[in-house]
Amino acid sequence: MIKFLRDLAFALTIVFVFTTLVLLLAKAPPLSAYYHIFMGALGSWSKFSHVIKAWTPLTLCACGLLFTFRIGLWNIGIEGQVMMGAVFTTAALRLGLHDDMPPLILGFSFVAGAAGGALWALLAGYLKTRGGVNEIFAGLGLNFVAQGIILWLIFGPWKRPGIASMSGTELFPQGLWLTHTSTLKLSPMGLSFVLLAVILTALLLRYTRIGLNLKAIGNNSAAAYLFGLKPDRYMLIAMLFAGGFAGLAGNIQVTGVYHRLLPAISSNYGYLALLVVMLSNYNIWAAPAVAFFFACLNTGSIQLPMMLQLDSSLSGVIQGSLVLAALAVHAWRLRTKERKETSPHE
Amino acid sequence: MNELHLTVLLAGVVAGAAPIVLATLGETITERAGLINLSLDGSILLSAMTAFAVASETNSLMLGFLAAALVGALTAATVAVFSIYLGQSQVAVGFVLTLMTRDLAYFLGNPYARIHGPQVALHPIPFLDQAPFFGPVFFSHNLPVYLSLMLIALTWWYLYRTPLGLELRSVGEHPQAAFARGIPPQRLQMLYAICGGMLVGLAGATFSLSTKQGWGRPQGAEGTGWIALALVIFGGWNPVKAALGAYLFSFLQVLGIYLQGWLPSIPAQVFQVAPFPLMIFTLVLMHLAQKESILSWADGSSWKKTILRIFTGTAPAALGKAHRTD
Repeated sequence: MIKFLRDLAFALTIVFVFTTLVLLLAKAPPLSAYYHIFMGALGSWSKFSHVIKAWTPLTLCACGLLFTFRIGLWNIGIEGQVMMGAVFTTAALRLGLHDDMPPLILGFSFVAGAAGGALWALLAGYLKTRGGVNEIFAGLGLNFVAQGIILWLIFGPWKRPGIASMSGTELFPQGLWLTHTSTLKLSPMGLSFVLLAVILTALLLRYTRIGLNLKAIGNNSAAAYLFGLKPDRYMLIAMLFAGGFAGLAGNIQVTGVYHRLLPAISSNYGYLALLVVMLSNYNIWAAPAVAFFFACLNTGSIQLPMMLQLDSSLSGVIQGSLVLAALAVHAWRLRTKERKETSPHE
Repeated sequence: MNELHLTVLLAGVVAGAAPIVLATLGETITERAGLINLSLDGSILLSAMTAFAVASETNSLMLGFLAAALVGALTAATVAVFSIYLGQSQVAVGFVLTLMTRDLAYFLGNPYARIHGPQVALHPIPFLDQAPFFGPVFFSHNLPVYLSLMLIALTWWYLYRTPLGLELRSVGEHPQAAFARGIPPQRLQMLYAICGGMLVGLAGATFSLSTKQGWGRPQGAEGTGWIALALVIFGGWNPVKAALGAYLFSFLQVLGIYLQGWLPSIPAQVFQVAPFPLMIFTLVLMHLAQKESILSWADGSSWKKTILRIFTGTAPAALGKAHRTD
């Protein structure tokens, strides 16, 4: 525990020094930048509710990615899976525009969103297992295709009456919004999805045959094949979970946050979730905490353009350098351990 | 834009492909030595921003290009150090750097967004630019474009016709054997990561100072880093084939602009993403071309074999695996 805290302090110091240098290079006052990020994230209850809005899709994506990382797949396509979840959700909600049972349609949209994400993930999975296309390139290509589909829908079939614009489709009627509690603006439905995803992921990965097999294949797919496991099938299963959770994240972006489809509906949460999972060292219990920290950074940095005329992408610089510093400290720790084991006089 | 002049179109293709060719050649060199630098998409943006900022501040294009090369080299060196000396996953570090360098570019480049800055001037080559067809297509460009054309031949020559190139490839194929023969794999991987990174940096500078002039968020070069990474595979880790892929991609982009004029009923977004499914499609084709049944189809026919050879290429055997001397 002391070792862990020491490593954490060390990594944070590296990041703090690096970020301060970047801020000085941009001729910005570092302390007030940090202050604005902190207050922008946790300064009021309404800001805190924005943090939760970012935390929800991040954690959902992170849960999904734990499945694909476990089997050794680099599911970069998760960004597109979020987008397709949002597209399928919007399609489902549009069915309910003239319906008198909004809750039913809303419920149906959860299934549709998860299915949309899962479909996109399966496509990447099949390209990997059958087409021999590395999952990084299959996923990435599908991300761009998904973005193209969203733009086409917004400017084509689903355009607003009158003019089509980058601001997205028309707002859905309130009956099709995810309900919020009035004080905190939090959606109980979204939160219960996250809770469910975390528990389900933990259970599946730790206590079931699926989890065990995913790990076995991830560690050594050739050996697992000799034991009668079919790596291809498990890769598709892992993709199915990742895409399903990502699709659900896309659903919440539509039903709970924006109430329409817009070009930036995925908000880069898929890519960010890859960093979250890496920084949490592939641990299901650490991932929601890291996701919360990242959500704070993202939400808080929105203050930078308003207060200091800086670009909000500083949060990405902090997040990236944090993962790099963690990797470096981790490597250094392994190395000292190896050295202790090899030297006999310890 | 209804009239299609072949020479104008091809000249546009050659000019537009220049930065992609540079990035593709750089990554080919790095991967041939056994290292994957996945950070291309971000490091192109960061070097594009650096080139524009430095050139604007100093009013020197030369310094802009040098600074961009330095940024590309530093990013690639980070991947190499983490992989070679710290034993971390190249893919993981490269991916983190992709996001981080992109955000760093947006953050630091904020004051330079949407302002006018210096641009690379055209330097038609005397006499040669008067040649029919070849003149306008190849010899009426600026220096970065000529550099991209020359480097294709130079990289090929270096890799396949020099002893140093042989050493480079041996490190990527079998580092242990190379080490046993007295070639230091780690040092060479480091060196060629830096060389490749410099070319990636020059690609970024070519974007902001010539191809997609200026800086902004988005700059317009987003996504090309990933295309370059895929083109290395498309080219079967051969610099000439990879560069041809870059021209094909550039051709598709230019064609997209023309097609938009001809088929206005199809939304522009379809043409913008068209290269990506095409990329996936070619990768599938390449995979199929290596299947037994297809190989037997080509047996005994030289032209069929030639077709297959275009579509195949094998990755360096030790690609992505860090070599350890202990």
